[in-house]
Amino acid sequence: MSSAPPARADGDFTELFEVFVQEKAGEAHQHVGSVRAAGPSLALQHARDVYARRSSPASIWVVPTAAITATVDADIASFFEPAADKAYRHPQFYRVPKDTPEES
Amino acid sequence: MEPDPKEAEFFRRLDADESIEPKDWFPERYRKQLIRMMSQHAHSEIVGMLPEGNWITRAPTFRRKIGLLAKVQDEAGHGLYLYSAAETLGISRDEMYQQLLQGQAKYSHIFNYPTLSWADIGMIGWLVDGAAIINQTMLAKCSYGPYARAMVRICKEENFHKKQGMEIVGTLMAGTPEQRRMAQEAFDRWWWPTLMMFGVPDQASPNSAELTRFKIKRKSNDELRQRYIDMKVAQAHAFGLVVPDPDLKFDDATGHWRIGPIDWNEFYRVLQGAGPCNRERLEARRQAYADGAWVREAAAAFEKKRRQKEETAA
Repeated sequence: MSSAPPARADGDFTELFEVFVQEKAGEAHQHVGSVRAAGPSLALQHARDVYARRSSPASIWVVPTAAITATVDADIASFFEPAADKAYRHPQFYRVPKDTPEES
Repeated sequence: MEPDPKEAEFFRRLDADESIEPKDWFPERYRKQLIRMMSQHAHSEIVGMLPEGNWITRAPTFRRKIGLLAKVQDEAGHGLYLYSAAETLGISRDEMYQQLLQGQAKYSHIFNYPTLSWADIGMIGWLVDGAAIINQTMLAKCSYGPYARAMVRICKEENFHKKQGMEIVGTLMAGTPEQRRMAQEAFDRWWWPTLMMFGVPDQASPNSAELTRFKIKRKSNDELRQRYIDMKVAQAHAFGLVVPDPDLKFDDATGHWRIGPIDWNEFYRVLQGAGPCNRERLEARRQAYADGAWVREAAAAFEKKRRQKEETAA
């Protein structure tokens, strides 16, 4: 499988990568920005130089921007709509007898 | 004529202070203004490495040298944040960079002034970066998400730039009479040009009204400039520097420092290419681009080979 776009006529093999940094082991990777690079290994090196000059993160991911599938504005209302009327998915929906001791 | 519902929705979101993201619909003028501003901003970071780079090999101590190296490296990084944020608007970094090299794009006029003595490095950190922080703190709240996020990141790093500049100025002002004179001379040269960094008064600015309507700009040029003046005059006095402005006076009624007239002709002259270093700056960028050609070619060859391997394996 190759998701890389075809090289441009002038031989430019660079493409855009989105950068995700995990500041500490165990935390989630967070999107921090993007870099342009010729291929994933150079993208990782650029991402380190651009987004980790001060901290020493636990890990960095780079993902070709073109590989990301995102929600579309026009569909957002119907796409997320089912969540709105499901109050029973939250603890506040449920009643516990008043004299039940709180859990610590 | 019926108002465009997409446009109405766009302005409704601006009014509600919602962030505009690359996938959202926005007017073509919004895209144009952002590309113009963000690419100019990116170019300024990249050209801005040159006046300071001039002193890396001649920094007076090792402490000063590592600080200055790290600062110039940050500026390269800031340029990259901004180019990639601008790329979300559908223009390529290459296209923006070619506009700079061909002299079609503008960058901050301040980087066309020379760094004649070591004291200028202190002035750049204290004054130029100080002015940039005021501007960028406002832009960190601008309506375009990728620009605002890049600004938050940049502002955090600029504080180190400003403080290393203030340390240099403070050290010189606590030094020998020659060192104090060197600092005062540098201050005399940088004071007025840094006041121009906020741009011409808003009523004379061709873009201010639209940028404000788009919530890209959230404060007026004069408002930001006044904030800078009040802070820097107080700091200059604390350093023991004399502000080179015979009209400078404190206005008791408003609590603001009032300055004499700014020579906007100088600003326009430098912006249009007739500053002391315009030609030198562009030539340095073109030379760096030409010298880096082999790196770009090697990277392309490396990636080409990787893709061929991947295809053979598949």
